[in-house]
Amino acid sequence: MEANAVASSTGAQGTVATGALAGATERWVSTGGVQLCVAELGDRERPTVVLVHGFPDSKEVWSEVAKRLADRFHVVLYDLRGCGRSSAPKPLRGGYTLEKLTDDFLAVADAVSPNAPVHLVGHDWGSVQGWEFATVGRTEGRIASFTTMSGPCLDHLGIWLHKRATRPTPRRVGQLFGQGIKSWYVYAFHTPVVPEALWRGPLARAWPALLSRVEKTPARGEPGGDYPTSSLPTDGARGVWMYRDNVRARLRRPRTDAYAHVPVQLIHPTGDVFVSEQVFDDLDQWAPQLTRRSLVAKHWAPRTRPDQISAWIAEFVTTVEDGTPARKPRATSQYAARFGGQLVLVTGAASGIGRATAFAFAEAGARVVAVDRDAEGAARTAEMSRLIGAPEAWSEQVDVSDGLAMEKLANKVADTYGVVDVLVNNAGIGVSGAFMDTSPEHWQQVLDVNLWGVIHGCRTFGKQMADRGQGGHIVNTASAAAFQPTRMLPAYATSKAAVLMLSECLRAELAGKGIGVSAICPGIVNTNITTTTRFVGVDREEEQRRRTRSTRLYGKRNYPPEKVADAILRAVARNQAVVPVTPEARGAHLLSRFAPKALRALARLEPKG
Amino acid sequence: MTTSVDDRLSARRAGRAPELRGFREVQRLAYECAEAVAGQLRPGVSEREAARMQREWLRERGVRDWFHLPFAWFGDRTAFTNFRFPLQFFPTNRKLEPGMPFILDMAPILNGYTADIGYSGCLGPSPLHDRLLADLEAHRELMLREVRERRPLREIYEDVERLMARQGYTNRHRAYPFGVIAHKVDRVKQRRWAPTAFGFGTQSLRGLASDALHGHREGWSPLWSPYRFSDHPPQPGLWAVEPHLGFRGVGAKFEEILVVTDSKDLEESAFWLDDDLPHVRRWAEEKTA
Repeated sequence: MEANAVASSTGAQGTVATGALAGATERWVSTGGVQLCVAELGDRERPTVVLVHGFPDSKEVWSEVAKRLADRFHVVLYDLRGCGRSSAPKPLRGGYTLEKLTDDFLAVADAVSPNAPVHLVGHDWGSVQGWEFATVGRTEGRIASFTTMSGPCLDHLGIWLHKRATRPTPRRVGQLFGQGIKSWYVYAFHTPVVPEALWRGPLARAWPALLSRVEKTPARGEPGGDYPTSSLPTDGARGVWMYRDNVRARLRRPRTDAYAHVPVQLIHPTGDVFVSEQVFDDLDQWAPQLTRRSLVAKHWAPRTRPDQISAWIAEFVTTVEDGTPARKPRATSQYAARFGGQLVLVTGAASGIGRATAFAFAEAGARVVAVDRDAEGAARTAEMSRLIGAPEAWSEQVDVSDGLAMEKLANKVADTYGVVDVLVNNAGIGVSGAFMDTSPEHWQQVLDVNLWGVIHGCRTFGKQMADRGQGGHIVNTASAAAFQPTRMLPAYATSKAAVLMLSECLRAELAGKGIGVSAICPGIVNTNITTTTRFVGVDREEEQRRRTRSTRLYGKRNYPPEKVADAILRAVARNQAVVPVTPEARGAHLLSRFAPKALRALARLEPKG
Repeated sequence: MTTSVDDRLSARRAGRAPELRGFREVQRLAYECAEAVAGQLRPGVSEREAARMQREWLRERGVRDWFHLPFAWFGDRTAFTNFRFPLQFFPTNRKLEPGMPFILDMAPILNGYTADIGYSGCLGPSPLHDRLLADLEAHRELMLREVRERRPLREIYEDVERLMARQGYTNRHRAYPFGVIAHKVDRVKQRRWAPTAFGFGTQSLRGLASDALHGHREGWSPLWSPYRFSDHPPQPGLWAVEPHLGFRGVGAKFEEILVVTDSKDLEESAFWLDDDLPHVRRWAEEKTA
């Protein structure tokens, strides 16, 4: 703790910051010969959350996340030595070792929260040094929890690489090679002089445009587009010394005792081009109290996904503060890391595939909104969802074919529960019978629910998702009848084919906004759709008979809706475009591409009377 | 509760009352066994051990023959997850863990009277499991009501299935042989040697086979299934009814005997053999609480 003794502060009052962190108070903490610029937001009596930035960044990289946390926590950000408005060590070489960065952190922590340990959050190099803080002995008692993003522990990485290099298997060699390629820039930064020159010159000029094009961060003029700041050339030029001072030394001789002494939350952006997920495979052994999260985002997720990240930080910090860090999350699904805490809205959730999907998301720890015309059924779905792992679940009664009602619902959901992260447009009805027997009213009915229901869902909730600009996913339940023509289901198949094409077009439109769209084509699944299907061209008695018969047939096929729900979660997790589910649906999908004539022949088959 | 059953029994034809009393006694004994064994279940106990505990408890009290040997299912096996072959019903080395649901299912025969019961529990508190148990009550009421209405068994089966779907559950009795929700039980002859085949008592199997033969001729079946052979009104006799709910790896059931008579009186035409059973008491307690 000697380093802290030399730390001094410019006083707790500080000055009010402007720019990306407008409203924060800024002050200076001096330690080990440098002056660190520290910004604070929120009530100082609340638990302290310290956000540490990476390379080539300054503390403003966290501005969007900090704003969202400020109402519940005392949020602290600081510029690393040499970055932003903090002064640089002299000389630079040897001034960026992890030991010195740890001194800086302790000085800041002592200045902002002298009596209570702080909750640490790190991104990129902020996370790399965060691992150092969370694993060395001298910080024990000063850190309460650690949330890591896009920055592995160099010691863990060294051991990970060593293991893969000394005991190679094809898979391990592949992993080694994969991460080796992702780390190209690390080798480049070890070249003398050139990186600095580039950062001070052309690279810094091109960087903002590059970030917004490749990483999809908000461009200048958009909300959240006030980043990077003007300190970028020096952030980049001095920051390369973090690589030079630490990477070679730590990878060659990693510490073997780098165990985290605090609960750790790992948030892994799945689209990170610098860090692969396999690096964290063995993390459970280093961090005994590990919570995994995965996020569809690229490397600069604090800029592109502030809502989700701040929600996860808040949840994690609150859990640790409540004193139950060892408690396992109730969510048991393999998708818990991906959907935990997300808001999922499912239409047609009172029965069948919709209900099973709501349950599957609930098991993954998502917050669920169950929407259906059948209020009682939807309420039941919400109630059971809470019992199996959904932290919160609500039910709403709406007819999806009613555009106004859907708009109202969308506004209500946005106001009370938030912007939907995953939308499942699942509500649908069946109409069976020859085209010549299908009346305009029947057509109206089936198109209203099956097609317009999806259109209204995408228009209202999809728009909110796109406007938020932080990604999301839309799932539309089409059908195997979308590509399998049949004389028995002209109206139904038409509506579902439209849903399939709508999904494909929307997928193309929303791809640039990081929103995925999937069309699910289940096939014959044991749900109650058969008991409500209209059989046209026959009298009431015959209709009832056909309903009973088709219900028994579907019962005999007995493909459970739970498997369709699994397919939906998988489709969202992998961002699949078109997903035929049952074997017959997959077969029909294949035939529709390679032997459409065979399908047409099947389409002519008439059911036995 | 007990007195009311007695009263109703004594009001019935003199010859039938003692017979029903025999069935009721062995059913009570079986439920006592289930409660005793459930009380001894601890983390680490395996299904095989739980089955053996039931067998030994009942053997000590005079049971020598079985309709079927005791079963025990733990964890997601209570919902018959991934069950494909009948052999999977037999107890395994699966160990009980805190928070796990379990089901004990046994069918002892005492003095020629058969019982067949199912007991669901959970090691430690589980709101989900409580919900399942509570939701079973509606099925008990529905089945009795529709049997009294003399609806075809196949339709009652489908109504139960629909109610389960509305509740959000899957029908797990469909996994039983022939997908039965119930089967007939009867008196069996006592023999000194009572062998079992595939877990079922040979005497009972014989009774069931002879019922099936008679039924086949007369147009009914001793198995209450979703298939066409159950498309007939309830056949008088004793039916061991076992609706079984499944919900994402958690299963719950009860099993007890429903008496069906040919009486014209609605109340007399069908009634539960005994209303003083653990699950019925539990529902009553929940209502008063």
